[in-house]
Parts: sequence; C-alpha cells; structure tokens
Amino acid sequence: MSSIGPPGAPLPPTGTGDIGGSRASRIMAWGRETEGVRSVFVAMLSTVVFLAVVIVVVVNSSGWPLVKQAFFNGKIFAQSFPGIRTAFRVNVEMFLIAEVFILVFALFLAVLRSLTGPVFFPLRALAIVYTDLFRGVPTILVIFILGFGAPSLAIKGVPNSPFFWGIVSLVLVYSAYVAEVYRAGIESVHTSQVAAARSLGLSRWQSLRFVVLPQAVRRVIPPLLNDFIGLQKDTALVASIGVVESFRQAQIDSAATFNFTPYLCTALLFIIITIPLARFTDWLIARDRQRRQAGAA
Amino acid sequence: MSGGASPGGTIGGAADGTFGGAAREAVRLEDVHKSFGKLEVLKGIDLAVAEHEVICLIGASGSGKSTLLRCVNLLEPVDSGRIVVEGEEITARGVDVNVIRRQIGIVFQAFNLFPHMTVLRNVTLSPREVLGTDRATAEAQAVELLERFGLADKRDEYPDRLSGGQQQRVAIVRALAMKPQIMLLDEVTSALDPELVAEVLNVIKELAASGMTMIIATHEMGFAKDIAGRICFLDAGRILEEGPPDQIFSDPQNPRTREFLQRIIEAGRM
Repeated sequence: MSSIGPPGAPLPPTGTGDIGGSRASRIMAWGRETEGVRSVFVAMLSTVVFLAVVIVVVVNSSGWPLVKQAFFNGKIFAQSFPGIRTAFRVNVEMFLIAEVFILVFALFLAVLRSLTGPVFFPLRALAIVYTDLFRGVPTILVIFILGFGAPSLAIKGVPNSPFFWGIVSLVLVYSAYVAEVYRAGIESVHTSQVAAARSLGLSRWQSLRFVVLPQAVRRVIPPLLNDFIGLQKDTALVASIGVVESFRQAQIDSAATFNFTPYLCTALLFIIITIPLARFTDWLIARDRQRRQAGAA
Repeated sequence: MSGGASPGGTIGGAADGTFGGAAREAVRLEDVHKSFGKLEVLKGIDLAVAEHEVICLIGASGSGKSTLLRCVNLLEPVDSGRIVVEGEEITARGVDVNVIRRQIGIVFQAFNLFPHMTVLRNVTLSPREVLGTDRATAEAQAVELLERFGLADKRDEYPDRLSGGQQQRVAIVRALAMKPQIMLLDEVTSALDPELVAEVLNVIKELAASGMTMIIATHEMGFAKDIAGRICFLDAGRILEEGPPDQIFSDPQNPRTREFLQRIIEAGRM
C-alpha cells in the first residue's frame, strides 16, 4: 500500500493508512450488503405499487362490472372447473405421448442430416426437405389435413380417431423444430472430439453415439424444454378436429353459460404446468452458464 | 536415455526404406502429398521409421508436422503417395481404417479428452467398444496403466478437474490402452504451463525406454535432443534435413535448419 511511497515523502504514517483502509473496506462490504437488501425491497415495493395502480384503474373503469361478470365470474368458474380439469388430462396425455416420439424421431432426423459423405446425400436431402416442409406449414393446417384427410385413407390397423391423428400431427411438426435443436447441439461439439474418437479406432457411428451425441444432447436440454412448453400449449389446437380437450370443453361451457370465465379456467391450467417448466429451464440455463464460466476460469 | 540406445541411432538417414536387415520397419512414407484447398502442406514426404525408433519432427509452425502425423493416422486422407504401416499399405483402397487406427495411437496438443466421461471411462471406452474387452478386464488394464503414470487416484475424476499435465497424461494412457504399436505425439506439451511440461515429457521418456516406436512433433528442442534417435527438420512441407540429434543440433548442413535453430536459441528455447 502506502509503504511503496518514496522515502521522506509527506505521506500519512503507514499504520494509520492501513487501519483506515481496512475500515473503509469493511464499510464498503457492509454497504454492498445493505444495498442488496435495499434493492430487493425497492423491487418489491415498486411491483406492489404498480399492481395496485393497475388494479385500481381497471376496477374503477366504467366497463369493469360487465367485464367482471363475463370473465371473472366466481360461480361459473367453480361450476366449470372440474369438467375442464378432467378434459385437461387429454392435453396432458397428448403432450406426454407426443414428446416421447418427438425426442426420438427428431434425433433420428438430426443424425440423418449430420451424415457426411456423398453416399448419404439422399438421406440428408430427405431430412432437409422434411424440416423445411413441416417448419413452413402452420401447425393447425397440418392438424386439419391429417385429422380430416388421413382417416379417409382407411388404412388397415391405423386408428381413425382425431386424438391419434392430432398426436401424429404434433409429432410431425415439432420433430422438425426439435431436429434443428439437436443439430445445433451436434454441430457445437468440436471436431477435435471426433478426431480423438476416430483415432482410438471407434467407427463413425460409435463416435457419434459415445462421444458426440451425449455432449450435444446435454447442451441443448434448455432449448428442448422450451419446445416442450410450446408443444404443451399447441395441444389446444387439436380441438379443431373434434378432440374434446380443455379448450374445447371451455368452449362448450362458455356457449352454455354465455360467459367467458371457462376460458380463463383453461388458461390457468396451462399456466400451472408451463410456468414451473419455464422457471426450471431458466434455472438450467443459468446453471450451465455458471459451470462454463467456472470451467473457463 | 540417449539416441544410441534405440536402433534409430544406427540407421540415421535411412529414408530410402532400407534398414540393412537389422530392425523391422514400422512406418514408411513415400512421396506423400497433401493439400488443403490450394495450400499444399506436404510436398512429397519420404520417411522410414524402424521399430522401436523415436523420431522427432522439428520445424516452424505451419511446416507440416501435425499434418504429417494426422496423415499417418489417416485422420487426413493423403492426396498422393503411399503410407505403409507394419507392412500394410494403409493408403490403399478398401483398407479398414478402424483396424489401422487401433495399431496407431495419437496424442493431440489440446488433449481432446471426452469431457462427459470420467478418466476411467475415457481410457476404457475404446478397448470395450472397439476391441470388445469385457468391463472388468478393461478396467483392470486401465487402472494398471493409470498407476504406471501416477494417475491412479484420478480414475473417477472428470477431465475438467485435472491440471493440463494430468489431462495430457490421461490422453497418453487412453491411447496406450489400445496397445498400439506406434505412437504419434503432436506437440503434446505446447498447451501446457511451463511447470507442467516436465511431468508429460517424463512419461514420454519412459515410453521410449520401454521400446515404443514414436513419431513426435515438438518444439522442445532439449527434449528432442535427449530422446530422439533421429531428428527430421521440416520446412514448408518438405523434410529438408535429417540425422542424429548430435549432428542436427551441433552441425546442421542446411542453411534453413541453421536459421531455424538460431531463432530457437535466440528465443531462449534451447
């Protein structure tokens, strides 16, 4: 510290300087701590004030009694909730079944697309055409085309139910997205890893299976979860071909009561599922970033 | 350890592939050319390596040392010329590269360990999946190798948790687990902090003493002088000069070799 000053220079005695320095740093540390507490407090307060203002403005608006009656009707909510909750199971079944097939099929597509060598050109091209096609067409159109079109083919052994074709549509569309996520992961694994694997005598396929894919999949778990959230919401689209899931149930209730509260009921159910998953995804991303920074240090 | 201990010391300059019938030939390169796009990296390499011989490739960055090693392991396909390993032409059409690579271990500058696997799994992966060794045997062999190189207590660690020197030693063990006949070392100490270089070089010296055939690309001139039976000086894709270390380092014939060594000395690397 101050001891490096030139001899004889008019500096304060080093002893005092040291004490002053440590006191200053203690005050600074204390300051930082209270600052942390204070910023949390400020954030909470400003949120409460903001919400209060919004609520006061909305509740005091001239149309509020009508809106409250149409959207926030407690009685209708209580009446329709059990039925919608039961119907929501159909959504859960659809996204759980679809997700399993999506994860497998998309990985297959991504591997096809990452094959090198001219021999594999047709397979690569097929994978590219597939992803272009199904990413380019609106999901609801795919659901319509398959839901109404495919059953008329009357293929033996294939179910005709809209539930089945709804899931097929979701698998087809989401696999295209998820395949791209996987592909990004595969390409993020450095080629030196493949060189190391091949130099040890592992075949192309073994290198992919033991070295590239495990690293690739680990890296893309957050974006995979993100697509999973999208899938959960899009199960509501299957209502359009006649599957009575929570959204369609809400429509039915709404039509019966001339009230929009059932929709709110459905929205609430979706949120209960998607928000924790979104927070979990954020947590994974944050943890991943921390790890990488720790690794780089 | 001196060059005289290996047969290489007696066959210096045997680039034409004749060894006087003394030692068997491990590797032979004949007029090997390799280009990346328009850049010709190897411009006709001829090199013969006897069994148990240790060869050091020296030369500036970009002179083709790494590419030469990668060609011997078929990580890079050659454009023309022949490479013969243990009597088999590996550049011929239709050879099974996976089988060839089992005989040749390579260690890279950047270690290239598999970060998602423990040390033990890194070492046993290839014996188990490629050679079909059962788990217990593969692990026993791996542990034996790890012990030999002072890494036994690291078997359950992940590579990120190891120092650079430890990682590089694991990489060497991983290559050795395939029981290769030839080891290629590509600037294996260049990515290490200076204080970690010695531990890796000692491992290589032990390998040389055990009779392993090795081709080593290196910037460590002192080490090369110590360990090599023969030094090859590469410049712009050609072997400009080769010979026993004493001759190359004390009495280089080619002006480019002299110039290169002068620069090394000026940089305090020798």
